Amino acid sequence: MTRFVLGRIGFYTLIAVLLAFFTIPLLWLVTAPFTSDPTYEIKIPGFTSDPTSEVKAPSFTLDNFRAVAEHPYALPSLYNSLVLSVGTAVLVVILASLAAYALSRVRLPGRDALLYALLLLSSIITGTAAMVPLFQLAVELNLIDSQLGLILILTGGLLPAAIFMLKDFMDSTPKSYEESARVFGATPLQIVRHVVVPLVRPGLATVGVWAVANVWGNFLMPYLLLSDVEKQPAAVITYTLYTEGGQANLSMLSTFGLLYSVPVVLMYLFVSKKYGFRFHGGIKR
Amino acid sequence: MALATSPPEAGEAGAPGRYSSDAAGLGRLRAGVFVAPALLLIAAFLVFPALWVLYLALTNYRLTGAAAAEPQFVGLANLLDAAANPEFWSSTWLTVEFVLGSAVIGQVGLGFTIAWLLRDRRGPLKRLVEGLVILAWILPGAIVSFLWVALLDRDGGTLNALLGIQGFAWLLDHPMLSIIVFNIWRGTAFSMMLYGAALGNVPPSHLESARLAGASGWQQLRDVVFPHIRGHVLTNLLLISLWTFNDFTPFLLTAGGPDGRSEVLAVHVYKVALQSGELGYGAAVSAIILLINLVVAVFYLRLLRRRK
Repeated sequence: MTRFVLGRIGFYTLIAVLLAFFTIPLLWLVTAPFTSDPTYEIKIPGFTSDPTSEVKAPSFTLDNFRAVAEHPYALPSLYNSLVLSVGTAVLVVILASLAAYALSRVRLPGRDALLYALLLLSSIITGTAAMVPLFQLAVELNLIDSQLGLILILTGGLLPAAIFMLKDFMDSTPKSYEESARVFGATPLQIVRHVVVPLVRPGLATVGVWAVANVWGNFLMPYLLLSDVEKQPAAVITYTLYTEGGQANLSMLSTFGLLYSVPVVLMYLFVSKKYGFRFHGGIKR
Repeated sequence: MALATSPPEAGEAGAPGRYSSDAAGLGRLRAGVFVAPALLLIAAFLVFPALWVLYLALTNYRLTGAAAAEPQFVGLANLLDAAANPEFWSSTWLTVEFVLGSAVIGQVGLGFTIAWLLRDRRGPLKRLVEGLVILAWILPGAIVSFLWVALLDRDGGTLNALLGIQGFAWLLDHPMLSIIVFNIWRGTAFSMMLYGAALGNVPPSHLESARLAGASGWQQLRDVVFPHIRGHVLTNLLLISLWTFNDFTPFLLTAGGPDGRSEVLAVHVYKVALQSGELGYGAAVSAIILLINLVVAVFYLRLLRRRK
């Protein structure tokens, strides 16, 4: 009995420590944006009407959001993040589904070796290993400061894993529907659009969301390849906001950070509600 | 087999090969057309850079000056330079610390611990813990690294306030420790989810009979659970080591400083190649990273294959 009680106490102590470890760093992100004149320390903003009052709690405010809206690069950089991540995701989903469909349905010579090579490549060629040649390639091809160029480069990096995930989905769909569509004279592209796509829609959604999340948080590649501040995504703007002259504007940073974080959180909630939060083959970036 | 005699479609009569047994009439030629755009982008922006970095590693290519226009072939000179460069070796050892500390001890250990604690639970507590851990994983690195800059700040940071101490400069005095704890915080979700799924595959009857036989919790873990999840532990270890080894996020927290004391290899490459402009030397360090990645990934894929 004592053993059981001690076990319970130990369990809840551990859980409490874990919760604190994972919560405390996040508290700043959800309090500072609503605080007038935030500091590094986490403070819960209170509703003091009189700013000269003796109450220590900083007052609640929404002014920080106005400051972000007026900042010349903040909201445009969120738009840039959207362009980069949606552009990449669309390209990845289209190209990967075509490739995965063909690789799933046709026995091309050397197909298995190709798939193995793709999986190997995607896990070993990282931004760290390829930053010098990719930078040089972008210079040579005039892709520095080109969002389209960055989208193509990011797409190339995500495609192998995406093909892998989608091939798994395609393999598990029955071929009989496609055969009957063919009997009725559908072309392969029509079959993909009207028969295969509806069947593997959860797979396409998973890959699309995975690609968006990947690009949304990506820092290194846009930092290397986009020097024009009007084209930079939120990740790069955040970094320049807090290294700027040593004196970071905390109300701006926290509020912008919150706005930049909310879309991925919403996306995660949507995905885990709709599909359950599965993940495939351990692919993160 | 018998289908091989079905008539070819109009317009395909001249196509090479007998395509007819393929599903939905997707001949080999068409399959090639479907695969080609993806392969083209992969070749241009993944395969070519990997090969090119191996070539650049053998040149004295620089960002500026004469070697920018006409890089010379210098053979293995960059590698010899790296071997003689104390900064390269210090980066290498810091990377070993980073991988061992955050991936092996932290994420595998902590990820398993959380999965084990929550194994039989349903309901809000499990969802809360898992949700927070996953949140740390999915939030953009640029944001969460700043949250940690704020948390660990010497003068106004929350950690010092909570501990009731003043003037303790975590990032300046203990940069590696800060980065390792940050990476554990950020990367544990993947391991937690993996072990959560793996523990679901341990037959409850085995655990039950071990419990009836009087095995302690630790003995149950060692003799029943661990043999079942050994494969998962090994693949998890390889995969997160690979990710941590290549992680550039430490740059956002400390920019490699102070005095290179948190300059892991990923940051070292960026500093020497793109800040100092020594592209050839940076490529040589990248080539070493690439080869280490290759070795780890081959092990990983062999393990995966054996499990299938």
